[in-house]
Amino acid sequence: MSARFFIGSAAAALVLAAFWLAAPPVFATDTPDPGADAKAFRDYFTKKYPSVKLEDFVNGPYSMNEDMHRQWEEKEQFPPYEFALEAGKEMFSKPFKNGKTYADCFEDGGIGIRQTYPKFDDKEGKVITLELALNRCRESNGEASYSYLKDEMASLTAYMAFTSRGKPMDIKIPNDPRALAAFQEGKRYFYTRRGQLNFSCATCHVQSPGERIRAEVLAPALGILNAMPIYRSEWSGMGTTSRRFTTCNSQIRGVPLEPQSDEYRNLEYYLSYVSNGLPISGPGARP
Amino acid sequence: MSRNNGGNMCTLALSSLLLIAGLTSVRAASEADYKTAYAAADAAEKEAGQLRNQWTTTESTLAAAKKAADAGNFDQAVALSKEAEALARASIFQANSEKDAWKALEIH
Repeated sequence: MSARFFIGSAAAALVLAAFWLAAPPVFATDTPDPGADAKAFRDYFTKKYPSVKLEDFVNGPYSMNEDMHRQWEEKEQFPPYEFALEAGKEMFSKPFKNGKTYADCFEDGGIGIRQTYPKFDDKEGKVITLELALNRCRESNGEASYSYLKDEMASLTAYMAFTSRGKPMDIKIPNDPRALAAFQEGKRYFYTRRGQLNFSCATCHVQSPGERIRAEVLAPALGILNAMPIYRSEWSGMGTTSRRFTTCNSQIRGVPLEPQSDEYRNLEYYLSYVSNGLPISGPGARP
Repeated sequence: MSRNNGGNMCTLALSSLLLIAGLTSVRAASEADYKTAYAAADAAEKEAGQLRNQWTTTESTLAAAKKAADAGNFDQAVALSKEAEALARASIFQANSEKDAWKALEIH
């Protein structure tokens, strides 16, 4: 009896050992763990730049360079995004032809909610950004959609960001494999090298914040979307998150994807989530 | 006898020169050559597009090839098409190798 038990146990152990040897090793990167990713992301930046206050990372290149920080503080007295902010406020309250307004499309009338975008929509199974939600609001009320890159869209998001200023980024990832997959895809996009220059987003915004690329000082990835939309002197105008993503791609000699493609939506989801807890500072101004 | 030898030498030298000239001369590219080279580049660029990883330089080189062909400069059009194909193939290689390589950059 005991001998049979011993033989049986040994056989089972051998089968288990064979299975263990045959099974491929599982790496942490294959199993999404957004909480651990966000902690590692934040720790990386706070260790690399110990003199920068956590909440100051949202100020991009100004958090990396003392001279630029002083210039920016002066610029903020007459910020270049002010016209867009005023225009956005007016547009936001002006009724559509059917009498409804943007406030009817968003919770809390659209005021002070920017920090909750992008969201994962469990009905659609995809990420919904604020820009996308605004255009869907227009379309559902019989209005033509706006360009995702600048002008009206930048003004509207500037106003909505302004009403959320100081509120901590608060992106939720529901316990839904599709949401986890969207987060993971966003992460993959962020670290993937592309374009003829063979750069990933991380090449500039993780490996090289504070370094110059031509005349510009690179911003850290931590909190980089908290300041959106931004007025860029280089653009001589306002630009949305979509504009930032597409121009980043073309600057590294990659053909940009269409604004609000799944890739960009997932990227925004990932980057926003890893900046949870940092304050909204948009609209921002950048060189 | 020596005059004969000299004549043979001249004939041999002339033949050699003609042979070398014949071997080294480059035939001007035709429109058909351009169309073949452009189609190969265009197909590679479409493959890069399916991988969501096209390069702006491939696009601009393809456009330059078309412009050269429109101007009747098929030598240049073929050269640019081949360059565009090489760029497209590099972007395909990049997209495929990054399917796993991206993990090396990840913050842990």
